[in-house]
Amino acid sequence: MTAQEVRLCALLLQEHFGEVVEKVGTHLLRSGALNLRALAHETRTSLDLVKKSLCVLVQHGMCTFGPGRRGPAGPLEYRVSCERILYMLRYPRYIYTAKSLYGDTGELVMEEILQRGQMTMSNTVRTVADRLTQNMEDGQSTDYNDVVTAFSRLVETHFLQRCPPVDTATSKKTVSEVPESPASTITQPSQPENYPDCYKLPQIHLTGRGKRRRSDEDGDVGARVAKKAKLEHTEACGDEGIYWQVNVERFHLHFRHQAIISAVASKLDQTSSEIVRTMLRMSEVTTPANAAYTQAVSANEIFRAVPPSYNISRPILDQYLTLLVDDPMEFVGKAGDSGGGMYVVNLHRALANLARATLESVVQERFGSRSARIFRLLLRKRHLEQKQVEDFAMIPAKEAKDMLYTLLSENLVQLQEIPKTPDHAPSRTFYLYTVNQLPTARLLLQNCYKAVGNLIDRRLFETKENKRHLEKSQRIEAILGSLQASGAEPAQLAEVEEMITAPERQQLEALRHHINKLDSSENQVDETIFLLESYIKSTSCSR
Amino acid sequence: MAGRGRGRGRGQLSFCMEAVGIAKGDNLPPSTIQPTALFPPLEHKPVPLQTGEEAEYMLALKQEIRGTMKTLPFYIRPVAPKKDVERYSDKYQNGEPSDNTIEWSPDWRRLPKELRVRTKRPLIEKTPAVPKQSKQPRVDKEEIIRKLETLEKKEEEVSSDEEEGEKKKTEEEEAEGEEEYDEEEFEEVRFALPFSQEENLCGTLQSEENLCGTSVLQLPVCVCATGNRLHHVIL
Repeated sequence: MTAQEVRLCALLLQEHFGEVVEKVGTHLLRSGALNLRALAHETRTSLDLVKKSLCVLVQHGMCTFGPGRRGPAGPLEYRVSCERILYMLRYPRYIYTAKSLYGDTGELVMEEILQRGQMTMSNTVRTVADRLTQNMEDGQSTDYNDVVTAFSRLVETHFLQRCPPVDTATSKKTVSEVPESPASTITQPSQPENYPDCYKLPQIHLTGRGKRRRSDEDGDVGARVAKKAKLEHTEACGDEGIYWQVNVERFHLHFRHQAIISAVASKLDQTSSEIVRTMLRMSEVTTPANAAYTQAVSANEIFRAVPPSYNISRPILDQYLTLLVDDPMEFVGKAGDSGGGMYVVNLHRALANLARATLESVVQERFGSRSARIFRLLLRKRHLEQKQVEDFAMIPAKEAKDMLYTLLSENLVQLQEIPKTPDHAPSRTFYLYTVNQLPTARLLLQNCYKAVGNLIDRRLFETKENKRHLEKSQRIEAILGSLQASGAEPAQLAEVEEMITAPERQQLEALRHHINKLDSSENQVDETIFLLESYIKSTSCSR
Repeated sequence: MAGRGRGRGRGQLSFCMEAVGIAKGDNLPPSTIQPTALFPPLEHKPVPLQTGEEAEYMLALKQEIRGTMKTLPFYIRPVAPKKDVERYSDKYQNGEPSDNTIEWSPDWRRLPKELRVRTKRPLIEKTPAVPKQSKQPRVDKEEIIRKLETLEKKEEEVSSDEEEGEKKKTEEEEAEGEEEYDEEEFEEVRFALPFSQEENLCGTLQSEENLCGTSVLQLPVCVCATGNRLHHVIL
């Protein structure tokens, strides 16, 4: 947990859950595991607020609890997971993926579950149906069955999973209809994957259609009351106690595959990317989560599974596969000759290549293409002396020196000493420049976290600066809305609109433009973060 | 012995200058004697952001999520600081409910027991609050019955304003006295009543309303489940 990560987590918690949760969460992040009293004392917040914050964090899966240092007899300790908080940056991407795979219904299901952390199936179905009905025209409504279908498909493809059961010893209550985990020493909620019924859909009796909510004239209070009433309104549908959460690992797997496929498409061509996509799809269920390469599939199977719209004949397919295997990026490897040739997709190697491409592009954009040439050279040739760098890169000595020193000061390039004599005399030592991909990737990842933190900071600053303008424009919009609803004349509307002067309008436009830019930048940096994180995780797995 | 090396070795570096390519007498860039500027000038402009349907949709999603999270009950606001002086409008403006209940109901079976926030009244040092607690429901009922009787009488009498005025004054005085009394109670022992009893109160009052047939019948101070306080109308 680095300083930048903690800072970013603090900003994210504050934006989504408020200052209180931010304070509690950050303190837990910094100090590891704490029990309730110590936490309340050290953060100097009231016990009730701390309890509420912990409830919120546990609900969203960011905090876990378990017996502490004093064993099962002592107080419970709470631990916050930094990773899980950082995933909040990726929520728009998850929702967009669900939309592209399963349409609007899938999108809304995912959005509801992400916003609320955990939900039961029946609750989700009702809420989503109501939301869909709200957006439809008058007189139409969504049937619950449509939503149930979308939900089931999400569960079948493992994008949603059941929340693991909480150990009975810690919760001091028995959770009905869930088989107890055999090992009584497990005190944390067990890994969701270990739970056998992880992806089993419950049988629920839920029929009906979405309800359209009457326009809220009461304003916020009414809406809040209605929302509260809806949350508490539990008809027994047969799935009490079964909560569903988003399976982020499955989304990450999907994103990794997408990255590999698009890399193949841009390096080779569309057809090769289709072939790789087919291979990945076929081996999705059989490949374990962090494997270095997928299960081997034979060329015959690939031929049968390729979508017919591409019209690839068997010899052409073989040629494509040979091309893919021979490509220096090594996306696909040949694992045997049976069945027309057994092929695997090299996942870890592909990730390493993608990370390397990211590093190179970062150097190129920040320092220019000649520095990038030096960087690529060092990546390929590992260790080079000053003179050799100048020769291989074909850059005049003075400029090469400058660029190398700039890269060295940014810590992207390191100096490796190789002494000739045991006393390390400077005149008798080799000094070699080198680039280590893994530490450099880590460095860039921290830079990315810092960048996102800066972006969020800047956005909050811009919003604060223009708070007065924003409030004024919101008030005027509200007035306009109410006037229009009560049927006012255009003259009155024009008069109200004129209350915002032209320069103010310009300022607001500029503000909106800036905030949009900052937000999209956050999304884009998150893509880089994902790639670098996957690479780093893959190297630690294969050790 | 250790000191001798310091003077001699001050001009020397730990590595050989030639090996890293700095020849003797070469022009070196000026050494930096201060930390880098906060916003150093960019030599290479950054690549423009991705645009397109996907990027815009994700942007809209992100902003929407941010907006909705603020309205959900998971957004915990810190307790508003107490004002320095009590204002008259405080009586009539109920801000955020200052109770300590969570506004959403999690599944308590999945959370440790210690996180459950009790809805009992918080511990106070003042002991007089305790005996008031038991008297409270009875006081309410009495007060309500009394008020309803007076209202019924008032409807029967169509005559003089004076009488009404008198009644008004006496009612006001009574009511205000009781209101203060009640408010103090309510402020301190807000959740002393179990919910069912409060709901019952509301239920009976509503039926009375139908009997009287007046729509103006606003009920005396009554704490409903929603925490709204209805103030009685001075008739």
